[in-house]
Amino acid sequence: MTQMTYAEAARMGLREEMLRDPAVWALGEDLGYEGGMAGQYKGLQDEFGPDRIVDTPISENTIMGAAVGAAIAGTRPIAEMRFSDFAMCAVSELVNQAAKARYMFGGQARVPLVARMPIGIRGGIAAQHSQSPEAWYTHVPGLVVVTPATPADNRGLLKAAIRCDDPVVYMEHKGLWGVAGEVDEDDQEPVPLGVARIARAGSDVTVVSWAAQVAVALEAAESLAGEGISAEVIDLRTLWPWDREAVLASAGRTGRLLVVHEAVRVGGFGGEIAAEVAEELRIPVARLGGARIPIPFSVPLEEAYKIKADRVAARVREMLA
Amino acid sequence: MTSNLANEPARVAAMYRKMLLIRAFEEAAGESFFAGNVRGSVHQYIGEESIAVGICENLRDDDYLTSNHRGHGHSIAKGAHPRAMMFELFGRVGGTSNGKGGSMHIADFSVGMLGANGVIADGCTISVGAAQAFRLLGKDSIVVNFIGDGGINRGPFMEALNWAKVYELPVLFVCENNQIAATTTTRLVTAGEGIAKRAESFGLPAHTIDGNDLFEVDGTAARVIGEIRNGSGPQLIQAMTYRLRGHFAHDQAGYRDPAEVEAALGREPIARTEAWLRENGMSADEIAAMRAEVDSEIAGYVAEALAAPWPDEGTAFTDVQDVGAPVRGEAVQ
Repeated sequence: MTQMTYAEAARMGLREEMLRDPAVWALGEDLGYEGGMAGQYKGLQDEFGPDRIVDTPISENTIMGAAVGAAIAGTRPIAEMRFSDFAMCAVSELVNQAAKARYMFGGQARVPLVARMPIGIRGGIAAQHSQSPEAWYTHVPGLVVVTPATPADNRGLLKAAIRCDDPVVYMEHKGLWGVAGEVDEDDQEPVPLGVARIARAGSDVTVVSWAAQVAVALEAAESLAGEGISAEVIDLRTLWPWDREAVLASAGRTGRLLVVHEAVRVGGFGGEIAAEVAEELRIPVARLGGARIPIPFSVPLEEAYKIKADRVAARVREMLA
Repeated sequence: MTSNLANEPARVAAMYRKMLLIRAFEEAAGESFFAGNVRGSVHQYIGEESIAVGICENLRDDDYLTSNHRGHGHSIAKGAHPRAMMFELFGRVGGTSNGKGGSMHIADFSVGMLGANGVIADGCTISVGAAQAFRLLGKDSIVVNFIGDGGINRGPFMEALNWAKVYELPVLFVCENNQIAATTTTRLVTAGEGIAKRAESFGLPAHTIDGNDLFEVDGTAARVIGEIRNGSGPQLIQAMTYRLRGHFAHDQAGYRDPAEVEAALGREPIARTEAWLRENGMSADEIAAMRAEVDSEIAGYVAEALAAPWPDEGTAFTDVQDVGAPVRGEAVQ
């Protein structure tokens, strides 16, 4: 086991896949000299050359659209969008083209691309650089949506996304770039898509989350444990497909479900999970998510948006009362 | 420009036949639409046939083509089979997408036809990426992107021109300038000096030709495609033409001056090619026989399509994705 950051682990996963398959390449802004926003591409252009780590113009439509064409033509491109906010410039290429090509051409096309678009609050980058629009893409048939929460998963899930024959929306959380964790360098296997991780076992309530919010849920579970409340925390890892079986099994055991996400609560993916569990198990369900406001800039305003551990713990207490 | 084609009457006849096939397909598609047998939108290529045929005759099966909403002619010219295309228009088993795509999503990957496209100019960016993949994979294939004059005002077109030149990609952009964007006269909504100047400002050689002149299209395509395959980088052909019908079959195009349409009929490509063939040894009987043969071929496909089975309902739920595929029981609830 080696300690490394979320960004370093992603870099390791990408490098391993590029060594393994010459058809894997990445395109996006500032991948060479800068090495990506968090160094997740650092040194790779020197190692693999400018045709496989491609510095592009600021042309989001074409970063995504070129990835669609290149994927159809037999390569495995990673379209680096830098921010999920910027990826909104390329929704047609992702939603109308990548997600639809296989279906509307009657199975003739496969589009094995990774649309890499970091989400979330990093601190002080406000309304156009902090959004968490993961639910949008779960709504689109044809797409896989991945939200890694740990360094080990950011290596293993990225590898799985690259090997996947379907287009994958890969949403790293910007607040996690520098967070370190244990990674088993010898284990080169991808982390399977669609399989959740039990981040903490418990018996009184099931708390489902993903990306940076998993750590918040774990913090809440720790404080609840001091009060004799045992919370099970599930890191969903993949939003589409989401691990319905794991969530239903856990919620069936604990009898209560709380879904927590950083994204705006209204129309968030928590609603889908809560509805599914309520329909299936007829147990109490609840959601915690962001207020329906843009992410603000100033420290106290940004803090006011966040769903913190004390709020998660308080909601659990209410459910148990 | 004079092309070598003038020395090859047999080749002209073959290309003429393909143009007739496109024309007959489009007429039949329109009739089938009004008969209620084809649903949705049918964007006919009538009056522009010489462009697709003149360009695609100079391509290989392993060259790629991306198209737009008006893609039937491009598909036939690239080698997609009109029988499977007709079945697709009718939504039947045996269609190019087995009924999942329809008119705007006809594709035949086996001949490098990567699909018509319902979103204007989205084919531009797909094209440059496919060309980038060819380079990575060490192939000497090229990509042709067909776009209309209306499409040049979308951002992806301008991004893709820049991108293609920055990486010197083997892409040929073909702008079919029929001078009207759906129902709006393009020049009224387009600033600057037009498509060729836009391309030149990005460093692409741009060639403006009479798209209704099969000989000029073929000659330009032969030269430019050869140059691109030999590493010239991207180029653009602006083929001037005229859409003889409305934007789609049910558009009567009442916004146009009848005199303009009348004048355009005098320049339409099939009659011009036919006149050349008559002057160069083909008899009226031979031409009539060829027309009858093509009409009968297409009529046969229409009859077959009408009789062909509808797709099984279950196929609506296939070919979506492997990971997280729809569960049929859930999907039909």
